[in-house]
Amino acid sequence: MFHLFRASGLALVAVAGLAAQPAFAETPGEIQASIQQEAAGTPGFQEFSAARGESLFKSKHANDWSCASCHTDNPAAPGKHAKTGKVIDPLAPSANAGRFTSPKKVAKWFKRNCNDVLDRVCTPQEKGDVLAYLLTVKK
Amino acid sequence: MNLTYRPLALGFIALFFFVVVMGRVQAGGNHFYAPIADPVVKEECGSCHLAFAPSMLPASSWQRMMGNLKNHFGDDASVDADTTARITRYLVANAADAGDRRYGGKLLKGVALGSAPQRITELPKWVSEHRKVPDWEWRHKEVRTKANCVACHTGAEQGYYDE
Ligand code: HEC
Ligand code: HEC
Ligand code: HEC
Repeated sequence: MFHLFRASGLALVAVAGLAAQPAFAETPGEIQASIQQEAAGTPGFQEFSAARGESLFKSKHANDWSCASCHTDNPAAPGKHAKTGKVIDPLAPSANAGRFTSPKKVAKWFKRNCNDVLDRVCTPQEKGDVLAYLLTVKK
Repeated sequence: MNLTYRPLALGFIALFFFVVVMGRVQAGGNHFYAPIADPVVKEECGSCHLAFAPSMLPASSWQRMMGNLKNHFGDDASVDADTTARITRYLVANAADAGDRRYGGKLLKGVALGSAPQRITELPKWVSEHRKVPDWEWRHKEVRTKANCVACHTGAEQGYYDE
């Protein structure tokens, strides 16, 4: 009986330890650098531009939604999902320290959201432009 | 070694009983639908909307939904294969008709379990519980959609639907 307790205690400690470990924490700057690496290899690559990123972010493309439809015109403010009404935490790293710290999460949402807005994936150039813009947004 | 872990283990056991007892108490009331406890499921299924309680739909519904996340009510909610398997396992294990779970079954009144309904908001019992909600309230800009449970049920994230 006692061994069982000890074993479960150990297992729980191990699990708690794992859960506390943030997966692949990076900074927005590091994420931007890896997008840059990817973009630099593509034809027609230009230095990332916050102005281009802002215009992509705020205008409509193939579909009814722009990025701003859910993230609002001010990415430092909380957004709201255009369809479900759920509140979305601010997207700008200045207002939300958790943003652009997990490459996996960033890739997942760029894929989904670009699909929703442009009906295709975003190019590395476009992702870099958007992130450049988001990094200039002050709280 | 034994001595160091003993108080910890006892603490966990106390916590465990507390959770079980509280769980029973809450399950006794008929407004409680246990919220999602798995952090991965909560993150993946709670980012676009409230992470709906698994006990609101039967296992067949979750299996069908998880088989087509690419086209999820018009949205792309897909995740990698491992994550999909993990989420499916959790939802199915905690579904309305899982094990001897009786309290979750009340929303399923009048639903053929095999019919795999995809919307909680189309279950006959959900519709009848909400028939008194006036039209203007559904159209209120804070509500947007029937699926925005938290707009009206402020305790929905915690599993309570009694207000
Ligand atoms: C239909 C609503 C919707 C639209 C439109 C939308 N997003 Fe999002 N976005 C979300 C949701 C929901 C999340 C995840 C929730 C969260 O993390 O708080 C998210 C998360 C993100 C993230 C993840 C950031 C991180 O590290 O946490 C990025 C990047 C992003 N969106 C960029 C965009 C861009 C760029 C566009 C336009 C091409 C866009 N979004 C359009 C709803 C939307
Ligand atoms: C990319 C955004 C997104 C993600 C991620 C997502 N959903 Fe959804 N979900 C939606 C949208 C949009 C709707 C439709 C809402 C509406 O019509 O009001 C929806 C509707 C639903 C409904 C039906 C609600 C009703 O009307 O009763 C269920 C159940 C559901 N989702 C479960 C899940 C589960 C389980 C997951 C995790 C595997 C998940 N969702 C992940 C966007 C998402
Ligand atoms: C527009 C507001 C509104 C929205 C949105 C809404 N509900 Fe409700 N709901 C109500 C009201 C009001 C009642 C109480 C009806 C009564 O008591 O006659 C209710 C009752 C219920 C009950 C029965 C509670 C009991 O007394 O046993 C459940 C369960 C429930 N809602 C679940 C949900 C779920 C799940 C969602 C999201 C998919 C949702 N509701 C969305 C307003 C809403």
